[in-house]
Amino acid sequence: MSNQPILFKNARLIDPASDREERGGVLVRDGVIQAVGPQVSEAADAQVIDCAGQVLAPGLIDMRAFIGEPGGPYRETLKSAGEAAAAGGVTTVVSMPDTNPVLDDPAVIDFIVRRARDTSIVNICPAAALTKGLEGQEMAEIGRLKEAGAIAFTDGARSVTNAQVMRRALTYARDFDALIVHHVEDPDLVGQGVMNEGEFASRLGLPGIPREAETVMLERDVRLVRLTGGRYHAAMISCADSAEIVRAAKGKGLPVTCGVSINHLALNENDIGDYRTFMKLSPPLRHEDDRQAMIEALADGTIDVIVSDHNPQDVETKRLPFAEAADGAVGLETLLSAALRLVHEGRISLPRLLRALSRRPAEILGLPGGRLSVGAPADLIVFDPDAPYVLDKRHLRSLSKNSPFDEARLEGQVSTTMVAGRVVFRRDTM
Amino acid sequence: MSDAPRSIFPHRHLLGIEGLSPLDIQALLDLADEQVEVSRQIEKSKSSLRGRTQINLFFEASTRTQSSFEIAGKRLGADVMNMQVASSSVKKGETLIDTAVTLNAMRPDIIVVRHHAAGAVHLLAQKVDCSVVNAGDGAHEHPTQALLDALTIRRNKGRIAGLTVAICGDILHSRVARSNMILLAAMGARVRLVAPSTLLPPGIARLGFETFTSMEQGLKDADIVMMLRLQRERMNGSFVPSVKEYFRFYGLDQEKLAFAKPDALVMHPGPMNRGVEISSDVADGAQSLIREQVEMGVAVRMAVLEALASHLPNR
Repeated sequence: MSNQPILFKNARLIDPASDREERGGVLVRDGVIQAVGPQVSEAADAQVIDCAGQVLAPGLIDMRAFIGEPGGPYRETLKSAGEAAAAGGVTTVVSMPDTNPVLDDPAVIDFIVRRARDTSIVNICPAAALTKGLEGQEMAEIGRLKEAGAIAFTDGARSVTNAQVMRRALTYARDFDALIVHHVEDPDLVGQGVMNEGEFASRLGLPGIPREAETVMLERDVRLVRLTGGRYHAAMISCADSAEIVRAAKGKGLPVTCGVSINHLALNENDIGDYRTFMKLSPPLRHEDDRQAMIEALADGTIDVIVSDHNPQDVETKRLPFAEAADGAVGLETLLSAALRLVHEGRISLPRLLRALSRRPAEILGLPGGRLSVGAPADLIVFDPDAPYVLDKRHLRSLSKNSPFDEARLEGQVSTTMVAGRVVFRRDTM
Repeated sequence: MSDAPRSIFPHRHLLGIEGLSPLDIQALLDLADEQVEVSRQIEKSKSSLRGRTQINLFFEASTRTQSSFEIAGKRLGADVMNMQVASSSVKKGETLIDTAVTLNAMRPDIIVVRHHAAGAVHLLAQKVDCSVVNAGDGAHEHPTQALLDALTIRRNKGRIAGLTVAICGDILHSRVARSNMILLAAMGARVRLVAPSTLLPPGIARLGFETFTSMEQGLKDADIVMMLRLQRERMNGSFVPSVKEYFRFYGLDQEKLAFAKPDALVMHPGPMNRGVEISSDVADGAQSLIREQVEMGVAVRMAVLEALASHLPNR
């Protein structure tokens, strides 16, 4: 890291921690924000970056990304994920433990922490397995894994169906103030389903997944949180009833938070259209009414965070009949652009959106970022919220190209990304 | 000293610490102190239970406790019979009652019972005419263990009242912990319970005991650190993740012991899992009372048998 200070000037500063929005600059020195606001003046020795009126905000913190390393480097490596993240304005990525080997051993967590530090240009924080081997039967070594650097505990794309195991995990995790993140989907109710259950699935002749696959599991978890007091985060909710469950839990003061994927905010089941496998996701894209409910829940704070649910799949697992294709889409690079659609549609303010993309994840994970204030880490992004472009998957940095936004018209592009005081991405057009 | 039993204990059975007054406990401890001296003599025999029949009825295997009761009975002159009952053959309460009725017909004077089910000893006590001693019923009580622990503490610290005792480990499944909590609190000690939340009985804090999930906090300035055995078969269940994890956060080693007072004493009811709940250097170290607890066990059981003998109906 260079010791030379960097000054961002002529910026539209948005601090999602305080909802402050003003014109001004930010001075960065030694990896942290040294000064911020309208009065920040040029330091003699500073390198100057003129933001030309663009937005300057804390870097995004993505709580859910699947990375193929170790075990599947052809899908994504820590290095390629870092490059994709930086281009999308994501400065911290929480990686899921669904790797090979599974991240259920302190030595493997330690490996990921070191490897990410050596190869990735953004922060990558591993979430460790909640149960050994992601098998949902025995809880993993939560204390030792946390000591090794695990930031949260989750079985990734799998759900813990055994309520006793979940109860004990929530109870045990409480002693370590460990966060449990859960994919809420009852596999028995999912059955052979591949898309949202309803009229459209019937027309396509595809087996459906009822919303109850999600709500039954979420309802159970909330009751277990009430019993145990453990800190719980539903990784992604996708339907109106789930939002109601979380709303009620929060109303009772339970330590429950939740996320939504950008896909479920921007797309609905009709986007599957003519069996487009890039739209095959878990949970499935829901009805438009559910999408609207997700946006409302985000706006009123019921939904805390937006995640990319970045899940790279290679061509062979996606170029298959819809029912046989793998779930998942890449999302790190399009997270902000796709989310800005909500701002352009007037559904949510830009500070509120950035809060769900940076400050709230930081609060839930116990990270110092997500704020524009003196002493905060200099994880920053500069972006033009109005810059239009058409996504060409060939330009994606991710090793996999399965984006549901391929060829979509998007508005808003990141021009500069800084991590720990170092510029890690600059778009050529700036 | 007369060998005749003295009537210092106003109870026919010893089914638990619950129900005993501080005076009852003190009387048993005083009597046990005398038995320590008896056991340390070359001639260890007394005649206070001569002609009496003591049956040790163990539905669960326990070499230590059973041997301790056997030696205690024999030193008091009783005829001691050990009965091992395979737990697989006793699955229903009805069978337990049948066993009790059969045994009762043999006219024993004292039955010492260990059973895997909480409350089984109480049930048996209702069906027999003799005195019954609880040698451990499920996760309920193990009164003689608590008494021997109290005797060990009193002899080393000179008192129980005012001491801070940290009971650490598998509280949830421990009859030792339950009896000790009641006894120590009754005698004026400050009792702390230290365990991962999965091994703490729900609602235990509402009973007035301080609970801690961190050994460092729970052991801070403790006078006595009482470790509990963690059954290995439970390690791979869902209560705690692994032996390594358990030892790292809840096993007693020198580093964690340093949080207690410099003159803190370490206890363990045995048998120990070295490297699981306690490190060898602590178990064998200068602060350890573990071997002394075994000696006190015989003395306390002699005291209990003698105290109950004073109430036998056929005197």
